[in-house]
Amino acid sequence: MAETRFLPRRSAKLVAGLVITVGIVLFAVVAPFFVQDPRFSGNDAFLPPSADHLLGTTKLGYDVLAQLAHGARGSLVVGLVAAAIAIVLSLIFGIFAGYAGGWTDEVLTMVTNIMLVIPGLPLVMVIAVYLQNRSLWLVAFILGITGWAGSAVVLRSQARSLRSRDYVEASQVAGERTVWILLVEILPNLLPLLAAQFLFAVVFAILGEAGLSFIGLGPNGSITWGTMITDAYGGNAMSAGAWWWFVPPGLLIAVFGAGLSLVNFSIDEVVNPKLRVVSEATDRRRAPEVAAPEAAPAAPVEPAEPAEPKAEVTA
Amino acid sequence: MGTLEVRNLVKEFRLGHGLRRSRLRAVDDVSFTLEAGKTVALVGESGSGKSTVARTLARLETPTSGEILLDGRSVSGSRSALRAYRHDVQMVFQDPFASLNPFHTVAHHLERPLQLHGVARGREAVAEQVRGLLERVSLTPTEAYAAKRPHEMSGGQRQRVAIARALAPGARFLVADEPVSMLDVSIRLGVLNLLARLQREENLGVLYITHDLATARHFSDEILVMYKGQVVERGPSDQVILDPQHDYTKTLLAAAPDPARHGRLRDEVRAELAGERA
Repeated sequence: MAETRFLPRRSAKLVAGLVITVGIVLFAVVAPFFVQDPRFSGNDAFLPPSADHLLGTTKLGYDVLAQLAHGARGSLVVGLVAAAIAIVLSLIFGIFAGYAGGWTDEVLTMVTNIMLVIPGLPLVMVIAVYLQNRSLWLVAFILGITGWAGSAVVLRSQARSLRSRDYVEASQVAGERTVWILLVEILPNLLPLLAAQFLFAVVFAILGEAGLSFIGLGPNGSITWGTMITDAYGGNAMSAGAWWWFVPPGLLIAVFGAGLSLVNFSIDEVVNPKLRVVSEATDRRRAPEVAAPEAAPAAPVEPAEPAEPKAEVTA
Repeated sequence: MGTLEVRNLVKEFRLGHGLRRSRLRAVDDVSFTLEAGKTVALVGESGSGKSTVARTLARLETPTSGEILLDGRSVSGSRSALRAYRHDVQMVFQDPFASLNPFHTVAHHLERPLQLHGVARGREAVAEQVRGLLERVSLTPTEAYAAKRPHEMSGGQRQRVAIARALAPGARFLVADEPVSMLDVSIRLGVLNLLARLQREENLGVLYITHDLATARHFSDEILVMYKGQVVERGPSDQVILDPQHDYTKTLLAAAPDPARHGRLRDEVRAELAGERA
């Protein structure tokens, strides 16, 4: 019997991913209250990490920890806002197209495909160049409206498959409205997939923002991890040997991306049970080898070939 | 009393697109009448068009031509007409593992049709109706079953929920599309008996779609045999089974295992094998 699971199993991957993600989010929320003003330049320049300045100072005398804490806020805001915009757009272009079918599907899919083949970063650069005054929100918006096509494709195919499920037709026979069927019958079954797409979009936007900032097209006047790396580059942190300036933001971007990816892998196991079964099937296959096969005539039930990997049912 | 009449129903599907286009006539000029309190069995092999008839009756497909008349009146395609039609005509799907939404509880599946068709208003009244429905399909204790999700139940229990859902709007006609073919043999009879009991108690008109001639004869008043989209033979159940006229019906009957021939097939196979060896 196939069982549908909605929550990931508590695996090492999930726990590690959640610890990293929650830790960094908490850092972004709480830390800015306990650090210096990130634009306070009264400190000495290029101080290495010490008790006063845990992560040292920059060329302009800014406290790196303070910058890092405020930058975390900026980067996360960009990530969340861009991902939210991308998810809404991919819902419209994906699920609606997949469910409606026909001409609606053709048109929406064409738009999706066009967005898909336009290389993302150059497009973002072109838009960003035209907009001289870029706030954090604007950058998030640009990243959002350019980063939805991939998940729209995934959602569309999923919605197409769900559309012809018996339970969807059963609600049509019961007389449900289309909107209700989409929101109440189909959408909940897409939640694991949506969550995965959302987390991916967050990582994508944070990386995108860092990339934009590095080529000087990031948000003006805001602090993000991306702008920190740009400043470090512009301030010759490398040649000055001030590793404490550029390593922390780079590391946080990498670690945060890894954390979200780990959570995503756990969600993927819910969406695609095959990923979860593989390890158990190999375990089962190995087990008889360990238990001396010749000396075990008492197992006539066990077929000669390895048991077919069944979808894990109970538990 | 009431009737659900299918008149000269034709359903064609377009296959492929672009230049390589063709048409498949899944249902070709099928007519029959479903009366309240009567069961009509639609028998045929896979691909004979039985399910398309069911889906057209449930208004999941629009007929290419032909009419569906409820109590002698044609049904228009407007929203309100469709809803009124579905108030009277409901469908039980073949696969109870697919026809219930894995995300929702049993109660949800029954509450929605109750609310949509105005059978009950207010939380308490709806809950009361849900309990009543579960009792009618013998899922007791009702409270426990109402809170379950589909994956916590067996195929037979799920199919009972699906039947309860079809009954919820107060349907007078039930289209049962191979309602037991996905179930274990041991529980098929229970579900079929339930359908038969409900049909008697509520005076339902049932279209029982199956490929199993034995249960078709047992549970229905009339049998229609479909082959390649057309009805090739029809008549009272016993007559069709005992005195088949069309070749296809004879083939179908010959293909069904016959208890009277118990063991004969085995002996034939053995004899053949022995002959080969010799």
